[in-house]
Amino acid sequence: MKVLCGIGGSDDSFRALDRTVERAAVANDDLTVAVVENPDSSVDPDEIVDKAESAVQEAGLDAEVRKVEGDPGSRLVEIAETEGFEEIVLGGGHTSPMGKITIGSIAEFVLLNAKTSVTLVR
Amino acid sequence: MSDRGYPEAVADEFPVPPTEFADREGRTVEIRPYEGTDEGYEALVEMYDAFDPADRAQGIPPGGEKRIREWLDAILGDDCLNVIAWCGDDVAGHATLVPDGDAYELAIFVHQEYQRAGIGTHLIRGLLGHGQAEGVRKVWLTVERWNRAAVSLYKKIGFETSDAESFELEMGLRLNPDADADAGESDE
Repeated sequence: MKVLCGIGGSDDSFRALDRTVERAAVANDDLTVAVVENPDSSVDPDEIVDKAESAVQEAGLDAEVRKVEGDPGSRLVEIAETEGFEEIVLGGGHTSPMGKITIGSIAEFVLLNAKTSVTLVR
Repeated sequence: MSDRGYPEAVADEFPVPPTEFADREGRTVEIRPYEGTDEGYEALVEMYDAFDPADRAQGIPPGGEKRIREWLDAILGDDCLNVIAWCGDDVAGHATLVPDGDAYELAIFVHQEYQRAGIGTHLIRGLLGHGQAEGVRKVWLTVERWNRAAVSLYKKIGFETSDAESFELEMGLRLNPDADADAGESDE
């Protein structure tokens, strides 16, 4: 399956990356990792790219890691549509001190606007 | 998170628990701070174990006794403030304030058997009275926007919406003046 994993540097996005890479190695998915500009994350995009590349390498995958500029949600949806992706994978939300899960604005936009299936990794 | 919004004005004074009242069904209900006893803890586990999953909010309370205990261990810590609504030896409801930087996050749960009887209002007022007495300054919460009963309860209490741009509404309340507003008093 042709899978697009969007990560922006939040904890849950790294969890999504690990799970997607793991799964791609088993299922032989055609994986692309898109590093987006998450305004809520303080991690440097180049650092995220490095992290994603080493995760992909460690798993022995031939996956592209791409830096994506512009509005994260709409860019992910656009890439999925124009390049024929079948699934978008994103982090499953931030957990508050109370334990409440809040879905980020990127996931919200993608959920409502994507034509592909969307997986939120918990 | 320091970018959350709170009302300018400090909320009115809330009653400090313990308090007692009769609910709309005539049941005697007592609001008391959680004292850290085994009986209190086990009664809470029992309430959440019997909690209707339809009343879960953003993943809490979790399902299954093991995860309930893990969650309770995290929110019943010494730095948290907890208040229980007791009906005899049963927990009718529970409300909690969990520290988050310079503020506290609030959550409240009333067991299905005790809902729509006015207990939630007494319980949240008791929690906020407890928090006010303990010097809590700012409280925030998130609530699913379709949960009209909860949203109207929070509004009635004085919470104001601080973020309406996502699935959940974020609301804030000021319980005590900020440190720099207390003339002559030291911070903490």
